[in-house]
Amino acid sequence: MSADGGPVASPEEGTGASATKQPRHIWRIAAIWLILAVIGDVLFYTLVGPHVPPGTMTESADDNQFDFNVLFIIALPVLIGVWTYMAYSLITWRASRKGVPDPVGGPEARTNLGVQVGWIVTTTIIVLGLFTFGTVRLITGNGSGGGQGPNPIWSPTSAHILPVQVIGQQWKFTYRYPTFGGFETSQLILPVDTTIEFHVTSLDVIHSFWAYQLSVKADANPQQDNVAFTETKETGNVTVRCNELCGIWHGAMFNYGKVVSKDAFESWATNTEQLTAANTKLLPPYALTYVPDANGAPGLYYPDNVDPYSNSELYGATPGKPTPAG
Amino acid sequence: MSFGGRLSVVLGLLIVVIGFAVWGVVGFLLPQPATVNFTAAAPGAPIDMTVQTVPAIGFGFQPVWVSYLVKNQQGQWIHSTIWQLPAHTRINVTIDQYDSGSPLRNQNWGRVQGTLGGQATYNGKEFSTYNSYSDNGVGHTFTVPALNLNVPLVGVSGNATNPCGGAPCTTNFDHNAMKFSFVTPGAGSYSWQCFVPCGGGYLFGNGGPMATLGYMGGFLKVVA
Amino acid sequence: MTLAAERDSEVVYPDPTPPVLGGFQGLPSRPGWFSQHLGTAAVLAVGGYLLGHWLGNWMTSGYDNVGLAGVNAVPVTAGLLAGVVGWLLGIGALNYPLAKIVGMEPRPDYESTSWTRFFRYTADHKVVGMQYVIGVLGFLFTGGLLAMAIRTELLSPTSHVFGPGTYISVVSEHGTVMMMMATSVIVGPLGNWLIPLMIGARRTAFPRVEAFSFWVFTAGYLVIMSALFYGGFPTGWTGYAPLQTQAGVAMMSYLIGFAVIGLGMMTAGFNLAVTIINYRAPGMTWSRIPIFVWAILATCALLTLATPTLVAAGLFGILDHTAQTAFYVTEHGGSSFLWQNLFWFFGHPEVYIMALPGFGIVAELLPVFTRKPLFAYKVAAAGMIGVALLSFFVWQHHLFQSGINPDMRPLFMLTTELISIPTGFIFLVGMGTLYKAKIRLEVPMLFCLAVFFNFLIGGVTGVFLSDVPVNVTVHGSFFVLAHFHYTIMGGLIFAFFGGLYYWLPKMTGKTMNKKLGKIHFWLMFIFFNLTFFPMFLIGLLGQPRRVFEYAHNLQALNDFASVSAFVLGSSFLVFVANFVWSIFIKPTPSPANPWDSLGLEWQTPTPVPYYNFERIPVVLSDPYHYGEADAPSVADLGDGTLVAAGASSPASVAEDPRPPAQ
Repeated sequence: MSADGGPVASPEEGTGASATKQPRHIWRIAAIWLILAVIGDVLFYTLVGPHVPPGTMTESADDNQFDFNVLFIIALPVLIGVWTYMAYSLITWRASRKGVPDPVGGPEARTNLGVQVGWIVTTTIIVLGLFTFGTVRLITGNGSGGGQGPNPIWSPTSAHILPVQVIGQQWKFTYRYPTFGGFETSQLILPVDTTIEFHVTSLDVIHSFWAYQLSVKADANPQQDNVAFTETKETGNVTVRCNELCGIWHGAMFNYGKVVSKDAFESWATNTEQLTAANTKLLPPYALTYVPDANGAPGLYYPDNVDPYSNSELYGATPGKPTPAG
Repeated sequence: MSFGGRLSVVLGLLIVVIGFAVWGVVGFLLPQPATVNFTAAAPGAPIDMTVQTVPAIGFGFQPVWVSYLVKNQQGQWIHSTIWQLPAHTRINVTIDQYDSGSPLRNQNWGRVQGTLGGQATYNGKEFSTYNSYSDNGVGHTFTVPALNLNVPLVGVSGNATNPCGGAPCTTNFDHNAMKFSFVTPGAGSYSWQCFVPCGGGYLFGNGGPMATLGYMGGFLKVVA
Repeated sequence: MTLAAERDSEVVYPDPTPPVLGGFQGLPSRPGWFSQHLGTAAVLAVGGYLLGHWLGNWMTSGYDNVGLAGVNAVPVTAGLLAGVVGWLLGIGALNYPLAKIVGMEPRPDYESTSWTRFFRYTADHKVVGMQYVIGVLGFLFTGGLLAMAIRTELLSPTSHVFGPGTYISVVSEHGTVMMMMATSVIVGPLGNWLIPLMIGARRTAFPRVEAFSFWVFTAGYLVIMSALFYGGFPTGWTGYAPLQTQAGVAMMSYLIGFAVIGLGMMTAGFNLAVTIINYRAPGMTWSRIPIFVWAILATCALLTLATPTLVAAGLFGILDHTAQTAFYVTEHGGSSFLWQNLFWFFGHPEVYIMALPGFGIVAELLPVFTRKPLFAYKVAAAGMIGVALLSFFVWQHHLFQSGINPDMRPLFMLTTELISIPTGFIFLVGMGTLYKAKIRLEVPMLFCLAVFFNFLIGGVTGVFLSDVPVNVTVHGSFFVLAHFHYTIMGGLIFAFFGGLYYWLPKMTGKTMNKKLGKIHFWLMFIFFNLTFFPMFLIGLLGQPRRVFEYAHNLQALNDFASVSAFVLGSSFLVFVANFVWSIFIKPTPSPANPWDSLGLEWQTPTPVPYYNFERIPVVLSDPYHYGEADAPSVADLGDGTLVAAGASSPASVAEDPRPPAQ
């Protein structure tokens, strides 16, 4: 991965006498690389960095933006290093250029222990550094907004966590708020400055809940509770898109949500709870997963002779963990 | 082979290949249900629209599939789910539901949403939430996700004496008349679909007619 | 040791007997209209399909549950399988086993120079290689046309050329066709054609198996294309269940197509791996085999070991459809994660099946065009083996957000990032070889340099994807799409075309037009980058893959990518024109060794004789002794010819192309 010029420095010594007559290529490349890399990184960090998606609306978005910037700042010098080297080589040693000496083969041109070991050590250090960085950020970021399955191992310690259930079905997301009577709605409305615990599940095939500005992404699997955390920081609009191909209307499976003030959220939630009370009574009790009938409404796929919509199986709640209290 | 011979062989093959490609695109990729156009008698005047859902379309390559049909302004039933409507216009919709019903997988679709007044009528009775566990359940829904518009279409009794067998159905057969009104938004293309997993024989009931344009989903093409 | 002594010390020669093809004694020994060829294969394939379809309907009649379902997949499954068998029967792939079963003596392959040999089942690896060239190009251009359809649809965020179902079918078909093609795109044509020549063998280990791999590959093409006629399948090339189980009968084309192609991958890989291990000429030690052979060996190991998982997973899917088992349906005891795990356990090694041969070509070509030895040969070989090994341990990085065991995430992040170390060796090798070289910017070299440019972007963006926190944003978006097009198309396909421009003069004895080659390269290189680089931004700005509608503010970027994609697509027309014109319509004979390479494959006469080498050569050194004044000879061709490794300069090449064997 790395091409930071350093390890490649030693062929210069290897060529012996010709080194005195020829320009010191490696130093030139290194100098060009250093200048371009510093300029590139500074420009990126100051001009682009603050605008890198997914923005700063939540803790996980903020974290992911920072992580992206760190990776980019490491990656850009690598790119520039290889490109500088290649461009320099093509300009300096192209056969059509006058006076390019015939290459010297032999053992020196075949292997160079210093360069090879230097390369391997450098790339290994970079890779292990990236791994350590990624792991630390993943753990301290409480999973960084990614789906952690039914038993999350990196959970926030905040005292007040708002659980929101995301139900994917072909081809729409709906949201249930267990702490407000378990009402179900098509709109994702969240309070600001609050830790949110998303429970993502599906009633049929695999979907993926991608709340872009929140930097939350979790697959919705049938009969699987996929938990993801984030903490909202700013109010604003949220785009939710299905991120896993789920059939014909996958491209139309998006909706918009909002992060609003705590008061606005409270009044919206209590209002909606009242408005939808009649329907909520008919919904199955809130549960972490639901059992969709594999046969669909008219039956026929599996010869199980079970009335597909007997009440016990209907969109049926399975006993899971107790309903989280808010 | 001579130069001319080789050239003509290559050109011949080229024509065959292009022919195959064109045949594939025109024959299999481009065909779509016809767009059914609705225009207002006067600018801003409401448009009446009649739609039906049938338990089995009765013709075509999958005669047992459930389907929507729409009556165009010339009074013919068209097997299409792509409807062109003028923007910012009140649409009075009548959906004759000829299919039987079942409880909803997600009772959230039992709630009438996004219609004028948040109401719909079921054989003349107004309602805003339909209990899909009662009576004959819900056969289909008419839902436009982007407009947050949803109307459950109450199912006909499974023991109905005079069920409709093939499209188009006439009102002589047992059916439920669902009526509601909504106002079209600005110009754009809005997908709509049914949220009852009614694709019989497909896993989760969402394949087949649910996953094929022209049966249980389509577009509202709203034009300025 | 003297040459003679080295020759004498070698007692075991590879089997010089002609490969046995099979066939019944009653059939004409010389080909004619009534022998077996592409035409009989097509006829029997259609017949087999109809028979299988009828049989499937007959079997399922009376089973209401299956009969009433919209997804009675049994007739289509039986039809497609019987069609494949008919295809193989018709081409003659089953002659040998059938003849053996009934106790008849199989018939030896005959040497044929008729053009009809390209339409037959043949044991000549050079014919199979050329068949593969046409086969993979057909695959590639079909997938490319589908890509044009995708980009046409994405010209507008909301108004549609295709219906949403058709669009998903096109996307799925494009992905599947391209992935199937990419598994064989280098191993099939160049691997089969070159490996025996490069290692000094007269044939591959299992010539019948080799020919089988090609004909089963073409059957896979027909099967996957049949999906469009059944209405298309909605799952993308990844075929995630349970959507897969929900889909209509076109899904069977996908499952059977991949199983059939998988059979071809396994057989092709197995044959070449055994050939490389056992059929090397005397003196062709592991440290002397060309680096391309190392790459093919590593690839073949992956092809042989990873593909069975896919075939098994596909079988489960076929059973879920036909016998209504529930491997992938959670409600009935299966798991939606099962397919994901099985698929990616194959799928990630497959990604390296698509990277390693490209590395091999690039590393093989660089010394020729820089007139320098390959730098760090052993590191390159070790890197390829390392990539092959590690590739089995990274598959769950495709499932970072799926909800599968979160505690495994750091591990898979580590393995994924570790694999960039051996992958990065190709850059060490390339940069070391370019150092103080004399770079000839011929068409194949341009493609190799483009691989370095493209694959660097592809590799570095892979690190972003492997980082779990950043993955939350980029997973499943156009960012991923751009990433793997940069690695597979930017790496593999560019390397493939570099290899074609490089070796076609040897394979066909004709010269490709250089000017058209350069036009092809620059169009493809520039517009490849203009097509796929914006897709990184599109993905970062929130567009998921495989959608037919997207946000209005992304229209400018998408249109830019689409228009670039159209030019990129048309660049292949330049190649086709060049290929057809230079090789077929108005052929210009090629010099024997146009690039002045030391590779053993260039030391044979053109066209290469049926048994490749009059006598098995004795290999004396590796073929990278460029730029050495007193370099050892590469090989002793047996008639007293030593392949010299003089420090030839490009100037002398142009004036005096070396005849094959002076």
